[in-house]
Amino acid sequence: MAAALELDRVTKTYGAMRAVDGVSLSIAPGERVALIGASGSGKSTLIRVASGLSLADRGAGQGIVRSFGVSVQEEGRLSREVRRARRHIGLVFQQFALVGRLSVLTNVLVGALGRMSVLRGTLGLFNEDERRTAYAALAEVGIAAHAAKKARQLSGGQQQRVAIARALVQGAKLVLADEPIASLDPKSAKRVMDTLVTMSRDHGIALVVSLHQVDYATAYFDRVVAMNAGRVVFDGPASKITAAFLTELYGASAEELILPSQFTAPAAPNAELVSAS
Amino acid sequence: MHLSDVAHRSAVSTIPAPPLTPLPTRLARLALAAVCVVVLVYCWHEAEMNPVMLWRDSGNMATLGAEFLTPDFTEWEMYAQNMVETLAIAVWGTLLAVVAGIPLGILSADNVAPRWVAFPIRRLMDACRAINELVFALIFIAAVGLGPFAGVLALFVHTTGVIAKLFSEAVEATDPAPVEGIRGTGGTWLQEVVYGVLPQVLPLWISYALYRFESNVRSATVLGIVGGGGIGMTFNETIRGFNYSQASAILIIVVLTVSVLDVVSQNIRKRFI
Repeated sequence: MAAALELDRVTKTYGAMRAVDGVSLSIAPGERVALIGASGSGKSTLIRVASGLSLADRGAGQGIVRSFGVSVQEEGRLSREVRRARRHIGLVFQQFALVGRLSVLTNVLVGALGRMSVLRGTLGLFNEDERRTAYAALAEVGIAAHAAKKARQLSGGQQQRVAIARALVQGAKLVLADEPIASLDPKSAKRVMDTLVTMSRDHGIALVVSLHQVDYATAYFDRVVAMNAGRVVFDGPASKITAAFLTELYGASAEELILPSQFTAPAAPNAELVSAS
Repeated sequence: MHLSDVAHRSAVSTIPAPPLTPLPTRLARLALAAVCVVVLVYCWHEAEMNPVMLWRDSGNMATLGAEFLTPDFTEWEMYAQNMVETLAIAVWGTLLAVVAGIPLGILSADNVAPRWVAFPIRRLMDACRAINELVFALIFIAAVGLGPFAGVLALFVHTTGVIAKLFSEAVEATDPAPVEGIRGTGGTWLQEVVYGVLPQVLPLWISYALYRFESNVRSATVLGIVGGGGIGMTFNETIRGFNYSQASAILIIVVLTVSVLDVVSQNIRKRFI
């Protein structure tokens, strides 16, 4: 079976800055992977390129992104079948990316657009079946009670779970989550991570989550991909990630990635987690 | 001697002398002032300004004023009928402009439409805005004849230019994140607009449309004067027939209607922002 996500020699430069530098990566169907790295290490750019929201640099035989055998982009050009590829890729962003003025239910129904006829989807004529599916997805992430509210009335953690419900309605086989918990308080963060992992386990959905909190990565994932300065510097089992190993990988900037449970330094890294909310 | 004088003074006061405006700058300012005076004098002659006439013909002014102070409402039913016609012109002129302005506004927004689409549409809208409603009215009167329909068409074309610009600016100010959320689910370009952009701009669009309706009611009154139908046409006839008391009654009706509409529309607009 084709890989859930396959990146081949992906490079992305912004001006003089190489955000992503020759990354190749393969993620199996149903696999759960944490993408860790300090801010600016290229995690978000990699996820944007993987979903086709950003184009990789041009170059013969480079920048190839495929999902379940469907091409997303190649050699710096969006594939013709990108819409087909996107239909089975669910996205969860740090800043939620919901439409604040629309109801929670409508935000989730948007996930069904890819499977509806273009005309019916554009006019918003969702049928009973689609509404039922959307409501069930909201129930699954535990916010069915808020279905009629406007999305912007929900808290950050709740909005994130709406985005997860949207991916469920989409029938996504791969979910890419870019720093989904970076803007949340610790309690909501845990709830969102639980929801993501449960969704992945129950539906066999491959999951790639970028994080800068390493304790979440080791607690929830078996495989960890670590990035530094746009390159993959580690790709292996989460059990190998220790404070000593991180310091070896990142040097002084490792502090940003380690939490007090693993690191004996003063409360600075913890402050990072709290201030991020 | 002059130089030593300056040196002496600064030595005494210890505060350095304030910098003088350099001579070329002063000369330039003087020249600018002279040019302004010349332009004003030229324009005075060109506009045939003659305040003496106000004095010499003060008798006319007095008659005019006296008649205006005694408005004649005997034909008020006709005036009200004409006022309704003016409102009707504004309603349809605005509505058609909004209908045309929605796609044109979206297609001239840089963040939604490609440059090669946005650029020509924007220039076309510039042209619609640059030409006054009255000029369009004269053109459409030549095309469809005197009457309110010419007025509707004139408002339609000019307002489309304004609405498209206002609408596209609202679109350009939207948050791109929700749009990317829609794109990520595999939606089409139109679906990105419908689900990502429209919910963000709708309140602003409604407000802009109402505001244009207010100003179109005012414009529609004037359109009648060149033959575009409505109360302006009647006003023009009464003035030409020296029926100043009737003209005064018409003006009162216009002012009342426009004021009431402004207040109502402002209140509605407040609810949307």
